[in-house]
Amino acid sequence: MDNERLNTTVIDIKDAVVSYREDIALRGVSLKVESGEFVGVIGPNGAGKTTLLTVVNGLGKLLRGQVRVLGNRLNSGNGHSLRKKVGYVPQVENIDPRMPMNVREVAMIGRYGVLGLFRKPGKYDWKVVDEMLDLVGMTHLARRPIGHLSGGEQQRVAIARCLAQEPEIFLLDEPTASLDWKAQTEILGLVKQIHDSRNLTTLFVTHDLGALPVACDRVVLMKEGLITAEGPPGTLLTNENLGQLYDMPVSVVEKKRGEASLV
Amino acid sequence: MDLSIFSYQFMQNAILSAFLGGIACSVIGVFVVLMHMPFIGVCMSHAAFAGALLGIWLGFNPLIGAFVVCLLVAAIIGPLADRGELSPETSLGVIFSLMLGIAFLFMGLMPGTKSGALELLWGSILANTRSDIILLAVVAVVVVGLILIFFKEIQATIFNRNMALSVGLPATLILYGILFLTGATVTTSLRSIGGLLIFSLILNPAAAAYQLTYSMKRMFLLSAVFGVLSGWIGLLFSCLFDIPSGATIVVTSSIIFMVAAIFSPKRKVKAWQVKPVMEGQ
Repeated sequence: MDNERLNTTVIDIKDAVVSYREDIALRGVSLKVESGEFVGVIGPNGAGKTTLLTVVNGLGKLLRGQVRVLGNRLNSGNGHSLRKKVGYVPQVENIDPRMPMNVREVAMIGRYGVLGLFRKPGKYDWKVVDEMLDLVGMTHLARRPIGHLSGGEQQRVAIARCLAQEPEIFLLDEPTASLDWKAQTEILGLVKQIHDSRNLTTLFVTHDLGALPVACDRVVLMKEGLITAEGPPGTLLTNENLGQLYDMPVSVVEKKRGEASLV
Repeated sequence: MDLSIFSYQFMQNAILSAFLGGIACSVIGVFVVLMHMPFIGVCMSHAAFAGALLGIWLGFNPLIGAFVVCLLVAAIIGPLADRGELSPETSLGVIFSLMLGIAFLFMGLMPGTKSGALELLWGSILANTRSDIILLAVVAVVVVGLILIFFKEIQATIFNRNMALSVGLPATLILYGILFLTGATVTTSLRSIGGLLIFSLILNPAAAAYQLTYSMKRMFLLSAVFGVLSGWIGLLFSCLFDIPSGATIVVTSSIIFMVAAIFSPKRKVKAWQVKPVMEGQ
């Protein structure tokens, strides 16, 4: 499609250090992501995976290092405008069941940044939102209060909201965590399909090891605020590497993966 | 019933004050309810009270004192609320009790009669002057105007601040704007409703509206209607039975909330919603 954008670096993180209070979340992380790539990020809890995503959309505050997104160096001034091109699906969050907003209105939030101040959503914006809700299979629930949906449905709406933004970069933070197996598979398939059809660049944080080889061009392993290894999923996801990553004996990893594939 | 009392200037002023204060407070209440930060309202109203007493003690306009201390508290609360991941209740509790302590400290230091101070505590809507009403009108118009102009930004910020930030909205600025408006509203309504009671006029109408609708626009509207009704009905009872207006206004708003809670369609929804979740676990 867009040949010029192929093989250009859209995310370029150099030696990023991020700290929250006393904890150092990232200890000097460098990562380049090319246009159109689908990169999976795995690692134990507290490895800095979420922080890595927030560095890309400019919400994580860098102590050191620099980040270039879509060719622009992120600084405190351009975060708002760059974020409009970066879609972010956060981890499943509890939504107040009485929240007075319906599914369509929540998905519309994705367009608010792009619209800018003083402009109300117009016909085109609602059309985009309805298309995206259709894409994630949520049209039948469009008028429901958002708090009445199940976790998987809310996650689909979050993806629709993110897509309504018409982003160039797609950041997903464990979008399938805490969902049942069926919802996990469905949402992952949906993300992959959207990535391919919309020519996005995707950074995907997950615990779902089984899903990685299917979806990802490249996998990044993170531990204790560092990237410990990266490469194609086939060669990288060995039992030895995973054992090291999660501090488990290789035999246990083997057993667990065997069980997982049986599901 | 003798309604001739409504032809007096002070009564008309009171009716107008209840209308304007009812709108401003109850609309601010929607933020307080939906952003789950009831303590912020309590802190603010006591901060305003302490600031006003400081003004009386040192001999300057109590409203200026109230507003300045409100802004100070907003500057402390803002970063706490902004950080989000930490529950700010403990720190707010400290600020709240500090404000109350300071207020009574000033009251103790004040020489002579304390009637002015007590008036701020209980409120006296019947003593409102033209300038009070103009001030209330300005705040009500600014609050409603800003909500209309920035509705989509406010809606997104209320729904989820991090999400609003991640789509490129200045959610932090909006949060501080909301705190600022809360301070301004509390300050200007202080004399009419009273420092102890103002919080319930903020919380109750919004909490009642919250029981009744799934549309945020309607929630703002309903809350404003309930706020004005609380003010007017409270005023009426205050005159009929010759009791303090601040108290009747608050009791009315509480009754409206109770009625809304009893007839809330959301309670039924919750009842059948909780069950399947329990079974699934």
